[in-house]
This record gives sequence, structure tokens and C-alpha cells, in this order.
Amino acid sequence: MSHSNIIEIRNITKSFPDKVVLDNVSLNVKPGEFLTILGPSGCGKTTLLRLLAGFNNATSGTISIDGKDMTDIPPHKRPVNTVFQRYALFPNYNVYDNIAFGLKLQKVDKRDIEQRVKRALKMVGMTDYEHRDVESLSGGQQQRVAIARAIVNRPKVLLLDEPLAALDLKMRKDMQMELKEMHRSLGITFIYVTHDQEEALTLSDKIVVMNEGRIQQIGTPTDIYNEPCNSFVADFIGESNILNATMIHDRLVRFMGIDFECIDEGFGENREVDVVIRPEDIYIIRNAEAAMFRGEVRSCIFKGVHYDMIVATPDGYELEIQDYNAFEVGTEVGMLIKPADIHVMYKERTENHVRGVMTDATHVTLLGESFECEAQEGIVAGMEVDVAFAFDAVELTDDSDDGTSWGIIRFILYKGDHYHLTVRTDDGENIYVDTHDVWEDLDEVGIKISPKSLRIKAL
Amino acid sequence: MSRLKHIFSRRRSLSIPYALFLALFVVMPLVLIMIYAFQGEDGSFSLSNFERFIEQREAANTFIYSIGIALITTLLCIAIGYPAAYILARKTTSTARVVVMLFILPMWINVLVRTLATVALFDFLRLPLGEGALIFGMVYNFLPFMIYPIYNVLQKMDHSLIEAAEDLGATPRQVFTKVVFPLSMPGVVSGVMMVFMPTISTFAIAELLTMNNIKLFGTTIQENINNGMWHYGAALSFIMLLIIGITQLLSDSKGSSTNDGGVL
Repeated sequence: MSHSNIIEIRNITKSFPDKVVLDNVSLNVKPGEFLTILGPSGCGKTTLLRLLAGFNNATSGTISIDGKDMTDIPPHKRPVNTVFQRYALFPNYNVYDNIAFGLKLQKVDKRDIEQRVKRALKMVGMTDYEHRDVESLSGGQQQRVAIARAIVNRPKVLLLDEPLAALDLKMRKDMQMELKEMHRSLGITFIYVTHDQEEALTLSDKIVVMNEGRIQQIGTPTDIYNEPCNSFVADFIGESNILNATMIHDRLVRFMGIDFECIDEGFGENREVDVVIRPEDIYIIRNAEAAMFRGEVRSCIFKGVHYDMIVATPDGYELEIQDYNAFEVGTEVGMLIKPADIHVMYKERTENHVRGVMTDATHVTLLGESFECEAQEGIVAGMEVDVAFAFDAVELTDDSDDGTSWGIIRFILYKGDHYHLTVRTDDGENIYVDTHDVWEDLDEVGIKISPKSLRIKAL
Repeated sequence: MSRLKHIFSRRRSLSIPYALFLALFVVMPLVLIMIYAFQGEDGSFSLSNFERFIEQREAANTFIYSIGIALITTLLCIAIGYPAAYILARKTTSTARVVVMLFILPMWINVLVRTLATVALFDFLRLPLGEGALIFGMVYNFLPFMIYPIYNVLQKMDHSLIEAAEDLGATPRQVFTKVVFPLSMPGVVSGVMMVFMPTISTFAIAELLTMNNIKLFGTTIQENINNGMWHYGAALSFIMLLIIGITQLLSDSKGSSTNDGGVL
């Protein structure tokens, strides 16, 4: 076991009877790092933190902290302390006794406790609050006490579970700066869980982006922002235009029907890819002649420093563009994109693949329901098959009883001229759908697939 | 007429039946107790009833003995009821729930039937009736009133407080003594009120389980009133109510900030 890592997480899986919350997660954390676990709610980030604190046990895999295996170590013996989202201050103790709680248990000398509590209070800017009742404090003050209560024990690792989520925006910004300063002066490892991408970018040395129980990407804030590894990360971190594209050959990519120079290599030739262009990386000019492509401004919203505009191209693509200058709605404009600002990503998938069983010559069972299909040669009833169908072969209906199967929309990605939806079907499989219709997250939809579009292969 | 209609249409008017009931059967009797307690045999104002309570030691001794029995009952109820409430609140196993259900199940049966059954049980086991049987009967009857308020508080307790304590280095035992128990005090106080108060004035349980050998304060009051000594009986009741009132006030001022627990 290498000692250059303070935390080593190896192949952790955590499943509850009805759901896999963490799926084979591995992660190393270096001493003194400010690491943020970022993801939407339900992505497993809090569960991962609770495994580190010892409040839950993993179904499989190991966690070691400071070189020691933590599998059988109860929370009170772990060299970590936690700052809880809802503070979890003991209402039966005052501020001083809350902070001194851990030190008293360690039987630290009384004078020493007093000194350390005072120093911790000073660090969180709460000097002279020792004898206040914790319930009389504001949310921000309670969180400061909670932080002081954790750091006073000088843990090897400080775990923070969305500590600022309950605070208002102004207070949150102030506390972010203070946390960063605290991290610098204490020199201990911070593991910070949040769903707020801006907070993650501001605070962290390293960000771990999670979704659906899996790590999507690990990297520095600049890496994650500039080089997202898939469309989920690109969409979740900051604003972005994500489009279907074809990599014609090295350094030439085609999207919106136009060939663009780029700087990415090694994707092969004529390969389907996704491209990400940040709204601030598209240059918008009045002179449409000099532009790479043209469009018409559809909306223009002032955002304080910049204007946020939606520009539609003649081919029906909509792009989000940010610029310091306002362009009036209806204006013909031209756009330029620099090669270095086009980020090419592998597609995670190019069509749906689902396992199924043939029930008879023209019916196949998949997603727990029987779908009609065209008669297949060489495939008989009872055979296990792989069923492939295109993203746009799926038709979604408002009424979940109206389709052959039904599901819930879990993720919506706008791809310039259409939506790419992730639909979780009722038996737990994900299928992906391209559509022009507008749906909302968590909508229940009926799923229809036209018999012609199902391509069936024996397994 | 329209004014009357207005009054009856307000939601508050729904409480009129209860207010009438309260006035007739709770407030009136209490006022009568007050009046009777401060009247001599001739009906004039007098403190003679209270003088008698102090001079004739018999009633006073019974009173002190009753408080003793009530204290023991209450302590035993805490000792048995707290763990039961704790197990129920954690709901870790279904068997735990069944066990606690068994505590509560007998409460669906009338108290006299239960007590007579206890007498029969003691007979069957050839155990002597008396003080021991009395305390057993009291604990048996009042235990649920201790379990419920404690269970309420424990169940509502924010689980992250327990995790925070563990996280700060508290062993499971320390988590209990330093966080869970102190925070469950409102429930315990509530339970004490619901057990201690009624046990002082119980008489049916005492009569049946001691074959009338041990007198509790409730029995003394009942005897006096049965024998037509309304004024003395009222005075004794008044003294008991006074003591209950004082205890209530004391516990109120103590747990006023955390009265979310309990059923009182």
C-alpha cells in the first residue's frame, strides 16, 4: 500500500435491496488535497462520504485511510471528522461544549481544551460565542460552530457533506472563501460533497464528477471544465453547446453540416463523436460575410457581466452564445469558432442495445414487455438475443399506459437541434431517445418502438 | 338572530360541547372540592379539615407511604420502560416490535379485569399478595404511559446527532450517556408525570392486590367520602391536587424549551 495517498478507495460497491448506489468506485486522495465529489442528487456522492465516515458499510470493496484498512473500524475510531449538511449540533450543549465534545472524550487536558476551542472559534470567526445556546444561532453561525467542532480534533481528513447548501447565496460565497483559507492554513485533507458545480470549481484542487453511482471524470477544475470526458460532464459543469459530429480525420470535424478545423487527434476517420463548445468560446460578429456560419439572434438576456444569447442557424440548430456586446433579437449575425475551442469527445454510445428473448417469430420480449418485430431468419422462439435500435426509432407518449413499455425521463441533454433523453424503464434498464419534443425531467412516458427498426441478433 | 348565527358559524363554536362538558364535569367538581375543603361540619369557613390532617397522623402517613410507592413504581417504570422505548424507536428487528407490543397489548383490557387477573395469577403461582404484588400491579398498569412519551422523543430524535457523536469519537455507550439520554429527558419527564401522579391516588389496584391490607392515599379519600365525611375527603383531595400541581409546575419550567416530546 503506497503511503503517498491518505485515502485509497478500491472497487467500492454499495447496494441497497432495490438499488445499486455505488458501482465499483475507486479513488485515491493525496494528503492535503481539497477534493470535491460533485454530482446531481442521488448520484451516490453522500453515500461515498458516509462510507468514509463509517456510518455505512460497503457491500464490497475496501477503503483505507492513512494506510489502515477501515473495513471493520467503527466511526468513532476513524481519523476523520464530519461537517453535516444540517449542522447536527447537540442542542443540549452550548457552543463551547459542542466544540469541546470530541476533546473531552479524548481526555485532553482541561486547559488545553480551552485553548484549542478558543483557537477553533477564532478560526471560524465566532470568538466570544462560547456560552451561547446553539439553537439561538443563525444557520451560518451554526455551520461555523459545526466546522469548529470538527477541526478542533485535528482529524487527518475533514469530510464535508454539502455544508453550505442550507445557507443563502451571499453567506455561501463568504463561507467558500473562508473554507478555502481554512484548508490552506490547516493543511488537512478536505473531502467536500456538493451538487453545486460553481462551488466545486471555486474550492477544489481536484473534482470527482459522479453520476448514477459511477465516477464520470476525475481532474482539476480546469481539466473538468475544458476537457470534459463525456456529454454528462460537459452538460453538468457550466453551460455548454453539445452537438453530434463526425470526425472526418485528425484535426477536422464536421457538425451542423460544416467542416471545422480542430486540434483533436486520434479518433480515427469518419467516426461519430460529440463536440462541446462553451458559450463564451463562440465569437459573434455583425459582419456575416467574414463568419464561418450565420444565424439569427432568437433571444438576448443581460446577465450582469455578459449577455446570454440564443442564436438559430438556417439549418435549425440553436446555440447558446455569451458575449459582452448585446445583439438585438432578429439580427443576422455571423459566428466564428477557434480550433482550440472545439472539444471533441467519444460518444458513449451510438445506438441502443438491449437484451431480449424471442417469444415467437414476430415478437421479442425486452424491457419486461413483448414488442412486435419483423420475422427474423435463423432465430427461433426462446433464443436470447441482442436487440439494437436507433435513438430516434423510439417514440415517447404522454400516457405511460399508451406504449408497449413505460419509463421515467432521467436526464435531458440538448444537442443543438434535438434532445437526447435518458429514459429509465420500469424494469430498471436505460434506453436513450432522440426527439424534437420537449419533455421534462421525471416525466413518465410510454415507450413505443416501430417493429421495422428493431435489429435482432442471436447472442 | 344574525349575531347568534354568526357566533355558531365560527369554527371556535365547534368547541362549545366540549367546553360545556368541561365546565360541568371538571371545573365544577374542582370548585366544589375547594368549597367543601374549606368548610367545617356546620358549613362555615374553617381550616379544621387541614388541622385534622396534620394532627391525626394517620392520613398524613398514608400520604407519605403513597408517595413512596409512587416513587418506586415510577423508577421501576423508567428502568423497564426506557429500554423498551429505545428498542422500539430503533426498530432494528421485527421481534423487538413484537416484544414491545406485548407490553402494550394488555392496555386494551379494563384495568379492573387486569388487576383481578393479576390476583388470580399470584394465587396460581402461590405468591403472597401484599406490597410486592401492589408494586408489580402498579408497574404493570402504568408501564405503557412511560413507554409512549419516551418512544415519541427517541423516535423524533435527529439521527445525524447520533452520527455526529460517533464521528467525534464517542463509543456507543458514550453516545447514549452524552447525547441520546439527555435529549430524551423531555420524554422521561412526561412519562414521570403520567405515572407518578395517578399512582398516588390509585385505590382499586391497592385494594385488590393487598386484600385491603395496605392503604394508599386514594383509598383514604375514598373511605372518607364513602363514610359521608365529604369535607375531610375534599380537603385530602385538595392537598393531593396541590402537590400534583406543584410537581407539574416544576417539571414544566424545567423542560419548557423542549416540550416537543411527550404526550402531555
